[in-house]
Amino acid sequence: MKLSKKYFADERDDDLVEIGQPRPRSDIRGHVTGRTAYFADRTFPGLLHLKMVRSPHHHARIRSIDTSEAEKHPGVARVITAKDVPQNLYTILILIQVGPEDEHVLAEDKVRWKGEAVVAVLAETARAAEEAAAKVKVDYEVLDPVLSIEDALKPDAPIVNEHHGRNYYLYDSGECRKVLFGDVEEGFAQADHILEETYRSSPIEHAPLETSGCIVAPEANGRFTCYTNTQAMFFTLDNASIILQMPGHKLHMVGGTVGGGFGGKVDVTVEPIAILAAKLTGRPVSFIYSREEEMQVSSPRAAEKIVIKDGVMKDGRIVARQVTAYVDAGAYSRHSPYGAQKAAAHFPGPYTIPNVAIDSYCVYTNRTPSSAMRGFGVTIGDFALEVQTDKLARLIGMDPLEFRFINAYRDGDMKAHRQPTEGAALIECMQEASVIADWPVDERFMKMSSRGRED
Amino acid sequence: MALRRGRGVAAVNYPTGMNLGGDPTQALVHSTPTGSFMVTLSSVDLGQGLRTVIAQICAETMGVPTESVTIDTADTDTGPHCMGTFASRGTHRVGNAVVQAAREARQVMLEVAAEELEVDPADLETDGQGNIRVKGASNLNISIFDTALAAHFKQGRSISGRGMFLVPRSYPETETGAMKPSTCYAHACTVAEVEVDDETGEVSVLSVKNVFEIGRALNPKMVEQQLIGGSWMGISHALYETTEPYYPNRTQGPRDYNAYLMPGPGDLAETEIAVLERPSGDGPFGAKGPGEMCANPQIPAVANAIFDAVGVRVDTLPITPERVLRALKEMEAAGAG
Amino acid sequence: MAKIPVQFTLNGSERAEFVESGTTLLAALRDKMGDTSPKGGCHQGTCGACTVMVDGELRLSCLTMAETCNGAHIRTTAGLANGEVLHPLQRAFENGFAAQCGFCTPGMIMAAAALLERNPNPSRDDVVEAISGNICRCTGYEPIIQAVLSAARANSTSAA
Repeated sequence: MKLSKKYFADERDDDLVEIGQPRPRSDIRGHVTGRTAYFADRTFPGLLHLKMVRSPHHHARIRSIDTSEAEKHPGVARVITAKDVPQNLYTILILIQVGPEDEHVLAEDKVRWKGEAVVAVLAETARAAEEAAAKVKVDYEVLDPVLSIEDALKPDAPIVNEHHGRNYYLYDSGECRKVLFGDVEEGFAQADHILEETYRSSPIEHAPLETSGCIVAPEANGRFTCYTNTQAMFFTLDNASIILQMPGHKLHMVGGTVGGGFGGKVDVTVEPIAILAAKLTGRPVSFIYSREEEMQVSSPRAAEKIVIKDGVMKDGRIVARQVTAYVDAGAYSRHSPYGAQKAAAHFPGPYTIPNVAIDSYCVYTNRTPSSAMRGFGVTIGDFALEVQTDKLARLIGMDPLEFRFINAYRDGDMKAHRQPTEGAALIECMQEASVIADWPVDERFMKMSSRGRED
Repeated sequence: MALRRGRGVAAVNYPTGMNLGGDPTQALVHSTPTGSFMVTLSSVDLGQGLRTVIAQICAETMGVPTESVTIDTADTDTGPHCMGTFASRGTHRVGNAVVQAAREARQVMLEVAAEELEVDPADLETDGQGNIRVKGASNLNISIFDTALAAHFKQGRSISGRGMFLVPRSYPETETGAMKPSTCYAHACTVAEVEVDDETGEVSVLSVKNVFEIGRALNPKMVEQQLIGGSWMGISHALYETTEPYYPNRTQGPRDYNAYLMPGPGDLAETEIAVLERPSGDGPFGAKGPGEMCANPQIPAVANAIFDAVGVRVDTLPITPERVLRALKEMEAAGAG
Repeated sequence: MAKIPVQFTLNGSERAEFVESGTTLLAALRDKMGDTSPKGGCHQGTCGACTVMVDGELRLSCLTMAETCNGAHIRTTAGLANGEVLHPLQRAFENGFAAQCGFCTPGMIMAAAALLERNPNPSRDDVVEAISGNICRCTGYEPIIQAVLSAARANSTSAA
């Protein structure tokens, strides 16, 4: 790695003692000796193992659940269904007033995605829990699923999630988060060329080496200690407190050493049910996702569809950009309304464009609920934006790197969401890239600065 | 039929911290009787090295060596609230809370030392080696060890500090979407070079040259770790990763690492990294969040390089050999027709 | 279920426990013998985090039945260091910043240790092949490859 100190040297105090030093990681000795303690590196006498019975259907009504055979299975300590969960209906972001509550900890009347949790089985060994889970009988009436963004937004589409009553999240701005700046139609009218293109993506899994999980130990004083690999300790504690209708002081979360997260451990999916299980049995409980659950059940990065329509001038200026983005949230909100909002704020990318219109939708389908992942709300948008930018450059016969210099945002430029640009450094990144990648650009671009315009 | 080379570029920015703010983090700092410092948090280290960078931030602010700082984190009985580790917020939000706490603790530490030395606290400075001395008169000094002992057993003072950082929440304007999503942005530009087998549709990424602007590299080796790993993940996203290769048919869905595809150690692109530092106005020592941004520009850069190599656009991720091949066949058919 | 005895040498110490038939070596080491250095990343032999050495050969302990290891010599990352003195691979991983979350590290180090024992002067390709059964999601592998090569160089220097 090369630290290019020549850029912005006058804005920096390079005279620091500890900052800027490559100090060794404080956890490295534990990592290389195998002594770093992750949540599952603890043993508890009498530990019970939790295994989840999951929906085999994308969309179905639950007619009945029969757990009698499972309960008789040798080694089974307890079977938990929806009626055991004090506040079964929840949504994680209710903590920051992003509702409505739209998801059940354990399914009640319906399942809305293939993999939804229905019944929790607790047994002396993981094997016994798995065998007993296979004996839970759920009678389903299979319903038509909604499996794509397009189908979800058809006027006669079945409703995926009754708590929303429509197949999209309702923002205060309506069916989508809107950003409007300038007059995009006027921009298109003056453009030399118009280019409209559609980009899509498939769900992506975080795939951390350590799967999501927790171990809960009931304490003698009536509290519950939860050893967890959550990415957010109090997010987990507060949501568990709501779901379990248990005051927060009864809960003690211990974590902070995580075998990879990448955004995959911010949904509160294992801790509340494991704490409930420990309460109902009075015994320590382990609930750890299998690798298959991590791959196919834990929330992935959303599938997205992004339509970009641009107006561009022959001289390289983008004069209008309209983006319609759809985030496939799957069956439940989790963090997706936030992600679609973040996408709306990110468009039209790091370029100064006088006329912009953004519509960003959070759409419900009978897909695995998606949620946060590294680059949440931005990664797929950047793919779309930067491929589109490449196409624009080629459309007008301009070098793609030079084209970006022409449009790059600079300090003082007004962004589409009406914040003046501060601290921009895109131009300098491109100048350095031009040098290290041996991709020469015209001298005037090498003289540009993010700190202001030449004229 | 041939192996064709091409290169593509992409440039991106990325906001630091939770979108629209409203994501608080607190920190507490206190000294032990012998002058070690404890930082108490509830923040989570996912492997990015939060504990180490936070210790460096505390040490720089206190004026003590990093090894004298211990991070006690992620126990909700002892650590004050943190919103969590996500949205590239750890270094920026937690770091700012720790700077505030450490400043308060440093002030007490200097006051205690001043009383021991019978001077004014404003005349004191730390040497970064564990000592406090009078500016311009380095023979008038006291160790932090002795200062902490004096605070505990003689002066009856707590060398401690509280820190809280909150970017006030912004609420988007309903009609226009006017809002303040973030206080600072990291930047990147990536040039990717690929080789495409136009017979099989297979893409090899030969090299990626990444430039990242991250505000301040607080610990350059840990920054490098994250940037190299992120660059790898970006390439992986571009070409391989999906949980639903033939959705809505879920039977093909990967259940393990044999079926969930990612580049292995034998599939690595030659990776070059340059880092620029334009300090953020509100980050600890100018830091921004590089953790997410670093995995984004490779995806479009690779897509653009594929077009440069073989003249087809695949606008759906991941860019699998099947999709490349279908696009090549379509182009061929269009040309023939 | 009837328990059966397993007895083997773990990092030089004689160990004996009763386990259920079908218990994996991974579970026996972690739950019965307190060696949590092998990690359970997938429990189906696809991630390599549970890699150990059984009689000098690499094994995925999640796919190895404990009862098949009677009388064997088992080595794990927990036993690599000699007291405070780290194994050259451990030193190289530390100095090279070759771990982030650390969950793959013990398995990676075992895979690399087996390589260096059979081939003290590996090429880059040898290293790549040796760790190709071990998944890492954080580092992008390059720092790990460099650390193994540097450990090999350190070994040959100290031998010379």
